[in-house]
Amino acid sequence: MPEASDLAAVWLTLRLATVTTLILLLIGAPIGWWLARTRSAWKGPVGALVALPIVLPPTVLGFYLLLLLGPEGPVGRFTQSLGLGLLPFTFGGLVIASVIYSLPFVVQPLQNAFEAIGERPLEVAATLRASPLDAFFTVALPLAKPGLLTASVLGFAHTVGEFGVVLMIGGNIPGQTRVASVQIYDRVEAMEYAQAHGLAAGMVIFSFVALLLLYTLNPSGRRR
Amino acid sequence: MAAASNFAAPMKRLAADFETATGHRAAFSLGATGKFYAQIRNGAPFEVLLAADDETPARLEREGLAVAGSRFVYATGRLVLWSAKPGWVDDRGEVLRGGRFEHLAVASPKLAPYGAAAEQVLTRLGLRSTLQSKLVWGENIAQTYQFVHSGAAELGFVALSQVGEEGRIRSGSGWIVPAQLHRPIRQEAAALTRGRDNPAVEALLRFLRSDVARGVIRSHGYDLE
Repeated sequence: MPEASDLAAVWLTLRLATVTTLILLLIGAPIGWWLARTRSAWKGPVGALVALPIVLPPTVLGFYLLLLLGPEGPVGRFTQSLGLGLLPFTFGGLVIASVIYSLPFVVQPLQNAFEAIGERPLEVAATLRASPLDAFFTVALPLAKPGLLTASVLGFAHTVGEFGVVLMIGGNIPGQTRVASVQIYDRVEAMEYAQAHGLAAGMVIFSFVALLLLYTLNPSGRRR
Repeated sequence: MAAASNFAAPMKRLAADFETATGHRAAFSLGATGKFYAQIRNGAPFEVLLAADDETPARLEREGLAVAGSRFVYATGRLVLWSAKPGWVDDRGEVLRGGRFEHLAVASPKLAPYGAAAEQVLTRLGLRSTLQSKLVWGENIAQTYQFVHSGAAELGFVALSQVGEEGRIRSGSGWIVPAQLHRPIRQEAAALTRGRDNPAVEALLRFLRSDVARGVIRSHGYDLE
């Protein structure tokens, strides 16, 4: 039977992944849209910046986030001056870290989906006197639905699977920053292998189902 | 060989000295003792373990993974309440009662002997429940140190070997916690079954008990039995 601390970790993980995914869709859509349509020289650098978390070890992200958000870091000074206190060791800090960590997994599918739409539907929308903003919401977004689904599932699943970053800036506080992956790590380190198995197996099943959902509901998502 | 994270600084010195003295080379990885235990059980190619506790080597011996009779205490750890800021921690730990801080970093008591010792100290001082909401947990003593070093936690319980030299705090401010406030942090070494017939293993364990090595270990802030 799962213990209360395991369930708390799972619940926290689901909350974190949900909040992170919603924020990522909000900021990922405009970034993906811009990347898909721009001819600016900034396209390369911005695209590379967005993709960085894919190749960087989570320890690098965690290490720099701790420095940035800490009392001596620029972000830490800013949040303190706003009276918000410091972000490391808080749920808010984890959300920020997760948004950065999962950013490419949301932006890239959206960018691909927007690119696949092409110029044509938007030109048609323009001739029907739709404003660019209007066209984005009534034409581009509905056409990019498979991309949105892919982005949501990947962003959510990737946040659930996050470990190194939260370990470094989370502080392992039960109910606040001790997510499922950290709980599993603790169990293994403490040699409580039976409890570790319960959570770890749950994680494997969850990830499989998430990807299965993606591939069956959204066959085109595989190519895009 | 595998060595506890808190032993990182002396280990580098000792490995170099060992090589000069005997011509054998000691390649070591640093990490949490619990992780090494899991790895050793699953066939990791370590021949010597310098643990952060005395339970893990005993357990490995019972399970036939460590050479019987090879265990001994190579160092006894000392705990420090430390802050990266100078003048912040007084030399009697009164800062804990003042409570004018947001976060107190402690290694996870379940995973790290230094964490268990820190928890005993807090309990002994009657502060465990008052400070509960300010505690942040490092998964090992190295991470706990990083939390405090970065300033993200104002203070924390770390190993003297991480912040001290010749019995003094090197930077920031700290309170060397009196040893009677917690159970001794006895760190045991053991030869692992895989290293049974390796002469270098025997040489290393002998070297760790030599006066030279004991001098190095003591200078890094450990007590010796």
